[in-house]
Amino acid sequence: MALILSVNNIQVVYKDVILVLKGMSLDVEEGKIITILGNNGAGKTTTLKAISGILKSEDGEVTDGSIEFCGERIDKKYSEEIVRMGIFQVMEGRRVVEDMTVHENLLAGAHTQRDRKKREEDLEKVYDYFPRLVERRKVMAGYISGGEQQMLVLGRALMSRPKLLLLDEPSMGLSPLMVAEIFRIIQRINSEHGVSILLVEQNARLALSVAFHGYVMENGRIVLDDTVEKLMENKDVKEFYLGLSEVGKAKSYRDVKHYKRRKRWLT
Amino acid sequence: MPENIAFLAQLVLTGIVLGSVYSLVALGFVLIYKSTSILNFAQGELLMFGAYVCLTFIVGFQVPYIWAFLLTLAFSFILGVMVERVMLRPMIGKPIISIIMLTIALSVVLRSLMQIFWGTETKVFPPTFSDVPIRFLGLFIAEIHLFSLIFAVACVILFVRFFKFSSAGLAMRVTAFDQQIAQTLGINIKRIFALSWAISAIVSSIGGIILGNINGINNSLAAMGLKVFPCIILGGLDSVVGAIVGGFFIGVLENLAGGYLDPVFGGGVKDVAPFVFLVIMLMIKPYGLFGKVHIERL
Amino acid sequence: MPCGLFHTAYQTDERIYKSIWVKAWLVAFGLFLLLLPLFVRDYVLYISNMIYIFVVGAIGLNILTGFTGQISIGHGAFMAVGAYASAILTTKLGLPFWISLPCAGFFAAFTGMIFGIPSLRIKGLYLAIATLAAQFIIEYTIIHWERLTNGITGMSVPSPSLFGFVFDTDKKFYYLLLGFAALAVITGRNLFRTRVGRAFIAIRDRDISAELIGVDIFKYKLLAFGISSFYAGVAGSLWGHYTNVITPEHFTIVLSIDYLAMIIVGGLGSILGTVLGVIFMILIPEFLTTVAVLLKSTFGEITTLISAIKGLVFGLTIVLFLLFEPDGLSEIWRRTRDYWNLWPFSYR
Repeated sequence: MALILSVNNIQVVYKDVILVLKGMSLDVEEGKIITILGNNGAGKTTTLKAISGILKSEDGEVTDGSIEFCGERIDKKYSEEIVRMGIFQVMEGRRVVEDMTVHENLLAGAHTQRDRKKREEDLEKVYDYFPRLVERRKVMAGYISGGEQQMLVLGRALMSRPKLLLLDEPSMGLSPLMVAEIFRIIQRINSEHGVSILLVEQNARLALSVAFHGYVMENGRIVLDDTVEKLMENKDVKEFYLGLSEVGKAKSYRDVKHYKRRKRWLT
Repeated sequence: MPENIAFLAQLVLTGIVLGSVYSLVALGFVLIYKSTSILNFAQGELLMFGAYVCLTFIVGFQVPYIWAFLLTLAFSFILGVMVERVMLRPMIGKPIISIIMLTIALSVVLRSLMQIFWGTETKVFPPTFSDVPIRFLGLFIAEIHLFSLIFAVACVILFVRFFKFSSAGLAMRVTAFDQQIAQTLGINIKRIFALSWAISAIVSSIGGIILGNINGINNSLAAMGLKVFPCIILGGLDSVVGAIVGGFFIGVLENLAGGYLDPVFGGGVKDVAPFVFLVIMLMIKPYGLFGKVHIERL
Repeated sequence: MPCGLFHTAYQTDERIYKSIWVKAWLVAFGLFLLLLPLFVRDYVLYISNMIYIFVVGAIGLNILTGFTGQISIGHGAFMAVGAYASAILTTKLGLPFWISLPCAGFFAAFTGMIFGIPSLRIKGLYLAIATLAAQFIIEYTIIHWERLTNGITGMSVPSPSLFGFVFDTDKKFYYLLLGFAALAVITGRNLFRTRVGRAFIAIRDRDISAELIGVDIFKYKLLAFGISSFYAGVAGSLWGHYTNVITPEHFTIVLSIDYLAMIIVGGLGSILGTVLGVIFMILIPEFLTTVAVLLKSTFGEITTLISAIKGLVFGLTIVLFLLFEPDGLSEIWRRTRDYWNLWPFSYR
């Protein structure tokens, strides 16, 4: 299977002193949804930022390893180039431009698109995906609901005709119904347009339900890397991320300290 | 028209003319502040630069007015880009006082350079407008004032249209809102910074050329740059609409204060009234009429 | 020389003279300054006097801007308030210099505090703009309140006298001003060992956090404005009585910018930096004038251009410092001193 993105053993340091990613690697197969799971602070968002090139704006740097997109190295490139190449990051927290209308936000997403006709087509497509946004076209993006904002940022991402979408916690702060709708749309984007997706999620069950392959991160490293089927069967994943532990049994304290329980091959 | 109403109306009219130029310069200032969060103390010097360069083309090189004007704009564009690249780019991320001091120092450097090249006496543009004032509803307006007003307003409208509807303008607005979002959209923010400075320089030059035509060119033109502060405090440091409203308001305020209070205080009120107003504004509504209120988070 | 300083008690950590050697050097320097008038021309004394006056004023500004973080572009105006207050008190009310000086300081402090009131609601950029407005408003008031200040023509100020001893030469003023400068440096340095000083620094670093731990930020911000303007007022008064003539032209925004340049080049938040900055910024124009005089024979027009060139060099100096050495001369000094402290070792 062709690899559209290949992260090789990268080490990321913030402000020259804070080590966040301690040599992590992952691969994204073309046209598939890959998910990264992990608790807060594991380094998932940092990984996405390293790929999309906006680390520099936060005083971060990829100090070792390499990142390759479609065979080309991108870890030293600037974000504007990386977006032009086809990678688009949708940051966590529904970062819409609050001062502009919904329509203007979408147009901003097409910044890298020179062709006017293609831009119009893409707009049509996005409004087709998100009918809710059509009625809110002229409204200031700061005033629309959370679910609509999430749709807006997804739509904005689509405007740039990405080959690879980096989605950071799209379910954050949304109602269950809304989350289900967003995930349906994510699957549609992947299946209808062949966009590869790297999905960072806290909602493990949902992520595993749409993904093809999964990575689990802890403390700046990948600790599990497997197909989704195998991950769902993994005892640790079941207990820590899916909430399926053995009900009714007395637990010993040693079992809770999962680091002591099994030798991991990377820690 | 009864005499005191005519007096008032005349002051207001001249105030509007002056205010239109203030609006233009204030727009340039707000543009830089919005995209880069920098207070440009050198705005006045950019005004002077435009006026001097234009004059040099017209008088020194005998270039027809329209070409001189366009060439000046080109030069201002280059100046803006150079200033941004050489001085402001390295200062990204430094504390605010350093940046303020840098633009202050920049203003001193520019002013000294201009003094070296063009001397200190007032220079005048060759007369292109007639001296006969035009009658308008019982008031008088000099031809040059009328032209300036129309031209300045046209520039403001052009500028706002650019900002709102062009894709570069859109990119600037995104950058002004949040630089990180801009980066994820593939916007080259360094280029946006350079563009902001370039446009600001251009707009200031236009203002300088207009004022230079009306009042002649000398050091006091740079003082106009400081007058822009009351305008934007009134309007809000980061509001385009505010800059326009502020500009006109201060223009009128200045004239009214000068007209009515000069006899009381002995002159010069015109120059200090905007600053008294500024202090009052800062006490009651520091973020201006249209500015965004800053919420500070720890 | 010791190759390290290891403090084991708060008291020793807070001490100004970190080691016996520093004290020794200071005493030597002090002696040098005291003996200076004996072997230099009056012109050098004039320069030194200017340096002393500006040290007083600049320390005031550094307290406000460098230590408390409140940017002020109106310091020149507060110096004007002090100068004029002192002039009016001595000429119109006939008070002796020794009373008018502190009064001038208090007047300036009071004015400073008034313009510091906006700091309750605004900070950072906005406060800087407010101080800019203060500069213009005060300037205007001085020019137009002619009954009090003689307007643009200015006022003449008598030289100070004490028990019949009149300070009217550069040499006599030298010792007076040296005393005041030393006083300013000592009080400035000690201010930051006190509660008040620490409150100032807390406000500069994170004023909301300071408020959370119980520092009344409004009171201390006002106090900072007051103290800083007091220094400016004293400097103004000294200046007026030294030059014997004051006009509004001496106290324009250019002066405020000069002050800011001095503390930025010298180093924000450093008393030593202030002194270095003042010396540097006063000597540069003098140096340029000397060079211009020397070059007069070859470049005739240079004298007309000299003020513009001075301005250019002034601006460029600030720009270069901001770009390459933002912590100023005090940082350069510290690096050099540390280097020699440990030589021939490289690490502490």
